[in-house]
Amino acid sequence: MQQIFNFLIRNKNSILFLILLAVSFFLTIQNHSFHKSKFISSANSVTGGVYAWANNIDTYLHLDEYNQRLLEENNKLRNIISNIHDSISVEKQLFEGDYLFRTARVINNNFAKTDNYLTLNRGKNSGIQQEYGVITSQGIVGIVDRVNDGYSRVISILNSRSRLNAQLNKTNHFGSLIWNGKDPNVVQLIDVPRQAPLKKGDTIITGGRSLIFPKGLPIGRIQDFSLDQTQSYYTINVKLFNDMTNIGYVYVIENVNKDEVKALQENEQ
Amino acid sequence: MNSKIISNIVRFIVLIFLQVLLLNNINFAGYINPYLYVLFILLFPFTGNQSLFLFLAFFMGLSIDIFEDSGGINAAACLVAAFIRPYLLRFSFGISYDHQNINLAATPFGAKLSYVFLMVIIHHFVLFSLEMFSPTHIILILKKTLFSSIFTVILVFLSLTLFSKKYR
Repeated sequence: MQQIFNFLIRNKNSILFLILLAVSFFLTIQNHSFHKSKFISSANSVTGGVYAWANNIDTYLHLDEYNQRLLEENNKLRNIISNIHDSISVEKQLFEGDYLFRTARVINNNFAKTDNYLTLNRGKNSGIQQEYGVITSQGIVGIVDRVNDGYSRVISILNSRSRLNAQLNKTNHFGSLIWNGKDPNVVQLIDVPRQAPLKKGDTIITGGRSLIFPKGLPIGRIQDFSLDQTQSYYTINVKLFNDMTNIGYVYVIENVNKDEVKALQENEQ
Repeated sequence: MNSKIISNIVRFIVLIFLQVLLLNNINFAGYINPYLYVLFILLFPFTGNQSLFLFLAFFMGLSIDIFEDSGGINAAACLVAAFIRPYLLRFSFGISYDHQNINLAATPFGAKLSYVFLMVIIHHFVLFSLEMFSPTHIILILKKTLFSSIFTVILVFLSLTLFSKKYR
């Protein structure tokens, strides 16, 4: 017994090192498995508060640019309204289905790592929940993954574990949108069938197969494409409309009918 | 002794804020960031309690991880660097480390460079290996380690020169 204690005391630093190393490995592995990072996230009041404080200063420097974006978006919406005289069809023109929009500000944005997250200055108190989509007026940003009272964390599309349904604008051929971790302005659309007619510059939009994003949101343009090893699917490089390095204000989308559709799908299985 | 504790606490907090608010947003050439917070591990009193040092290094990394949403990668990297530090001190400063009377400002430049560079490279290598988390990205890991290390080492030496006390 005495010897065991002596051994422990003599090697206490090594043992402490191993224990703490195990803890940090555990946290790392948790973070690498999608939707399971429960312990550590920047959506808490301390880090959120610090980021919000720093971002208050930063926002002033970009006011001109945000105004410009708002003007462009207003212009787009006005064009849609002036072309139709029936108020019911305005919604139809934009998206199919019932969606609720909330605004939020991005207070922290990563894009240089392989797994990037954003932090928003709105949380549960403003009605934001997990698995809500996040977009800007120009394109999509990501999906909400952790929420607390005042802040929420978003998995960016620039994250190796992000996987979204997307399709061609012209036809209904669809695939999965992923990111290879290299260029923050270019994402990859994979598993698009060989039959799809592709052309450089074609628009990629969100597909209607997920419950998170409405169908038809713009994502980006085809930069180039190639067949994968099996020669039956295309891998497409998509240049994003959004500048992911400079986001500012975003819309958080809630699918109002999500629970009903989910319940229906579970019934079928 | 008291002023030593206070200066370490201040350094701990200032370095975290500097790292998350400023240095993480540099993204030089797309992906090169300096990780200046290693300075805390480099400068922690050499005669200090080793267990406390391991704990503090772990919490330093964990704080950065919480801000960065990166799981435990910074914590692991800091911990490894802190654990290895005594061996590297002996390697770089030789006999004077055993007499525990190193004054980092007064050591020869070569020894200082080898100490800082080895610490930074080990820290960065662990950091980026865990960030990529796959052996297929080994080239990218090594590239990031090399370039970020150079950046960090330059910043470390700049801050050592700027904030060193003049004993001579």
